[in-house]
Amino acid sequence: MTAVEHGRAGAALAWRRAALVGLGFGAGALHLAAVGVLLMLHQRWIVIDTLSLGQATVLLLAGGAGAMAARDADARLARGALAGLCATLPLALLSLAMDAVTLQPIFIVLTPDLQAMLTLGMPPLLAAPALLLVGVAAGLLGAALRAIPALSRALLPGAIAVLIAGVFQELIQLMLQQYEGPVGEARDFVYTWEGLTQQGAVTVFVVVTLIAQLAGRAARGRVAAMEPARRRQIWAGIALAAIVILPAAAGSYIGQVLMLVGLYILMGIGLNLEVGLAGLLDLGFVAFFAVGAYSTALLTADAPNALMHLSYWAAMPISVLLAVCVGVLFGLPVLGVRGDYLAVATMGLGEIVRVIVLSDFGAPLLGGAQGVLHIPKPQIGSYTLSSPVALFYLTLVAAAIAAFIAWRLENSRLGRAWMALRDDEDVAQALGINLVRSKLLAYGLGAAFAGLAGSIFATMLSSVYPSSFQLLISINVLALIIVGGMGSLPGVVLGSVVLIGLPELLREFGEYRYLFYGAVLVVMMRLRPEGLWPSDVRQRELHAGDETAALDAGADLLPARE
Amino acid sequence: MAKTLLSVCNVGMRFGGLVALSDVSFDVQEGSIHSVIGPNGAGKTTVFNCITQNLRPSSGEVWFGDERIDGLKPDRVAALGISRTYQNIRLFRNISAIENLLVGMHLHLRSSWWGAVLNTPFTRADERAAHEQALELLQFVGLRGRGDMLARNLAYGEQRRLEIGRALATRPRLLLLDEPTAGMNPRETSEMMAFVERVRARYAITLLLIEHQMRVVMSMSDRVTVLDHGTKIAEGKPAEVQRDPAVIAAYLGTAAAAHAVPA
Amino acid sequence: MSGAQLARSQPRISVGRVSPVDIVLWSLRILVLFVVFAGTIGAIVKDRYTAAQWFDFVMFGLTIGAIYAQIALGYTMVYGVLRLINFAHGDIVMCGAFAGYFVASPLDRSGFLTDHPVIGMAAILAVAVATSTGIALLTERIAYRPFRRVAGSGPLIAAIGVSFFLEQTFRGMFGSSVKSYPAPAWQRSTFEVWGFNVPRIDVLVIGLAIVFMAGLYLIVQRTKMGTAMRAVAEDAEAAALMGIDVNKVVVFTFVLGGAMAGIAGVFYAFVYKQVYFFMGFTPGIKAFGAAVLGGIGSIPGAMIGGVFLGLVESVGPSLFLDGLGIPAPYQLRDLIAFTLLIMVLIFRPNGIFGERMAKQRA
Repeated sequence: MTAVEHGRAGAALAWRRAALVGLGFGAGALHLAAVGVLLMLHQRWIVIDTLSLGQATVLLLAGGAGAMAARDADARLARGALAGLCATLPLALLSLAMDAVTLQPIFIVLTPDLQAMLTLGMPPLLAAPALLLVGVAAGLLGAALRAIPALSRALLPGAIAVLIAGVFQELIQLMLQQYEGPVGEARDFVYTWEGLTQQGAVTVFVVVTLIAQLAGRAARGRVAAMEPARRRQIWAGIALAAIVILPAAAGSYIGQVLMLVGLYILMGIGLNLEVGLAGLLDLGFVAFFAVGAYSTALLTADAPNALMHLSYWAAMPISVLLAVCVGVLFGLPVLGVRGDYLAVATMGLGEIVRVIVLSDFGAPLLGGAQGVLHIPKPQIGSYTLSSPVALFYLTLVAAAIAAFIAWRLENSRLGRAWMALRDDEDVAQALGINLVRSKLLAYGLGAAFAGLAGSIFATMLSSVYPSSFQLLISINVLALIIVGGMGSLPGVVLGSVVLIGLPELLREFGEYRYLFYGAVLVVMMRLRPEGLWPSDVRQRELHAGDETAALDAGADLLPARE
Repeated sequence: MAKTLLSVCNVGMRFGGLVALSDVSFDVQEGSIHSVIGPNGAGKTTVFNCITQNLRPSSGEVWFGDERIDGLKPDRVAALGISRTYQNIRLFRNISAIENLLVGMHLHLRSSWWGAVLNTPFTRADERAAHEQALELLQFVGLRGRGDMLARNLAYGEQRRLEIGRALATRPRLLLLDEPTAGMNPRETSEMMAFVERVRARYAITLLLIEHQMRVVMSMSDRVTVLDHGTKIAEGKPAEVQRDPAVIAAYLGTAAAAHAVPA
Repeated sequence: MSGAQLARSQPRISVGRVSPVDIVLWSLRILVLFVVFAGTIGAIVKDRYTAAQWFDFVMFGLTIGAIYAQIALGYTMVYGVLRLINFAHGDIVMCGAFAGYFVASPLDRSGFLTDHPVIGMAAILAVAVATSTGIALLTERIAYRPFRRVAGSGPLIAAIGVSFFLEQTFRGMFGSSVKSYPAPAWQRSTFEVWGFNVPRIDVLVIGLAIVFMAGLYLIVQRTKMGTAMRAVAEDAEAAALMGIDVNKVVVFTFVLGGAMAGIAGVFYAFVYKQVYFFMGFTPGIKAFGAAVLGGIGSIPGAMIGGVFLGLVESVGPSLFLDGLGIPAPYQLRDLIAFTLLIMVLIFRPNGIFGERMAKQRA
């Protein structure tokens, strides 16, 4: 083959790749439409009467496809356009198909509403090409943003700001609600109660773009000059300040959301000891949470099946202690079970706990499906921690203590023993590490944090039911430590905020939460197994990898995955 | 006469129907370098596993000093003073070099987990001493300044030495080295041998060595045990073993025979 | 005197040879054995159930066991070839059940299923098999293939992700409500053998399961592809060196497993007369237990393990728990299955038939 033929074959391959990328995004869009996410997102305006979140999603998918397709140097825009076209093709075909046959009896969300969203009320034969054109335009824009950095610098900050202001409009408005005067007027100018007004969107865009242009140039140099570690510290500081101050400023709704985030942070820290440090993949973690919650309930509740009527502060340590006991009991039989089998065995144990709680066998004590009701709130002196905000601060204190303990443990003799265990159990044992003790400590301490979370959870809800303690909780916690980064404390916080906090803020999203968790687990494992905020060790590993590369070029350059 | 430190008595090991070891006995004298040699698949590593109790012997007894150790858990055996390396290096790959050594010191650190949480003065002193010792050991194994590297990113020879360092960190009386020169060229091999001599000189410990390369063994061993097909076929001083017809027969046809005869 | 002789002359001392953990594990064994024996004796003494009832329990156990066996085959084959617990396999079963539902329900409404049961059932099974196989192949391609050769818990976590993704996708597309599976009259009818009433559906499920599993066994043992599959299960690297296309073998494995899952899904739905998005989870986990019970990687083992699990789960509540006077024992059926699963994982991870291979990797 000549060089020209090579070039031609390469170009053909690149075009095919662009089309495939587009079709991949298109399949994603079709999936979102078929499961009802698209329609759900369409119910939420970003800019009133102009752009819904659903429409924005389609645009983002097409634009993303365009940007991904535009990775080679030549014909970027055209390939972007092709990818955008392919990304909207499945939806266009869907709208035609929906016009031809009624699919709703089988696919319950393929409703006229969805049809209306896809066609914008146009006749289908016109709407499908229109949708494809929009796709081409979005793909072009995506490719252009990637190809021309100046363009993306000019457009992206404003666009992202509009998106955030639109998506979180409820939250922002709740916070601004209390203000009158100029702030109130500005609020009314930018927002209605459904989303951004058109003039509001333009204003936000212009203001943010201006700020980004003026302040950005000065700040960018300074941020870039900063060490990554320092940058992280600053981010962590900002996040921490936001978490501490926000609920007090923003009221009970945010308080409730953050309280849930806090509970998951607490559980995440616990599971992180087991999975992240000691390498014990535990899917029955929810059992410890349940023990904490039920113990608190049975020790304090004003219910017929309660055992005692202690104060919350007396019940909490007992609950934690019971959770530790269950953790050790739970860990004992599965001490010798290794690897993936351990995950299944612990899940089986968790399911056994659930079956017993639900059955008539356990009902006299645990209340069966009715659960335990009337759990009192904690009191400090004469002050009752009844508001979500007050309970949030309780959770925050608990999480802070847990994080502190976990941090100290990580760098201790026990923490090193756990990491050795995670890497090679046999060798760890041959070096004198007592497997039984180390593993049981991991289960016990992990269970302590989950038990504490359960205890707070019980008093938050004032009642406990078996349905609150499903396997899904274990999966939630596992997902958040994987997204954050296994073995990483800041990762747990980040994971909780992203996986628990965000879906809670977009309330209608809740129904589809597990769909995204599933996708997130696969995608994270495939693209970024070290998590969004890897632990120091992982961090160092990447860093050390660079160093070795410089030192001896013959060595394994990429930090291979274990 | 020197005291017997380790004695392996009539040890047998079966996996299902497969007999890996049968009726193997030998004694290791305190302060000596004792080697176990034999062709591939002779059961050398299985002997090691039976000593450290990574495998529980199917029959026979293993004594360490005055204690019978077969049937103990490997961590108990380590606490009694036996430590080992592995044929295919088994470092904790995802933690740093110095942490590998600190894990090796696990047995000799006294701080408890709650002490670590409260960061008591005792824990701090314990940790500080441990870090100092680890740095010293790091220097001894020639990895000074590489302590923060992840073990997996070290060069091959460095990993070998770090693994020996980790075994030394447990302060063993008996160190088992499983083919320390595997995969090394002649120059690296002699460096490693010199290193092993330095280990013995400095720590005054007993060494039990598995080797495949006869040359290595002959020059440094006090005593040699030869295994073939899971049974002991010869034992004695290197020079005696070399002349043993059974040994020559076992090695004949293998690459090692070339080394065995002339040396 | 040599050390070896010295050693022999010393008294045997045993330090720490019985650990507390051993005690716990032994008490666990004894507890389970106690429940089994005391429960059985109690049940015999109480004599609460008639012979016909016991027959029903056994019949149901065999039926559900045949279904578990078919699901377990998928686990065991994939594990053999990829060393991966295909956590989403139970959901592949669910996909088949749903696909069958959308064929069965119009066929039932139009009366076709009553008039032409054979063609009707064939159509239902065909669609279910096609759907399950297709989805199994998609998950392999998208979610599992990138993880070939990745050790550690990554692949399992991805498989858990796939499981949730499939469940929630079906929930989104078809709703979260429980749909009742059609049950034409011939399915509900029974016939009499030696005075016992035998449900027709049970015979159908058991009979077809035997036929399909025998077919699968022949495919794996006799065809070229099956031989390649066994070679890969034995040693993937060596097989690749011998010129076997491992990718093809993996695809083939997922096709077989997916097909079995589709059939099992339809049967499971017919037996329990309902479909919903989470239905695959429990039988999936139980079938995995059955596969381990029979020795994971072993095809006959998975079949026997499945039937055994089905029998224990069906007869167990009345035999073991009722005998001990536990209220509403049928609620604890899953408890028995999960206990069996955990006991197997703890005590016999190589299966009850598997040879006890020591961990000889060191």
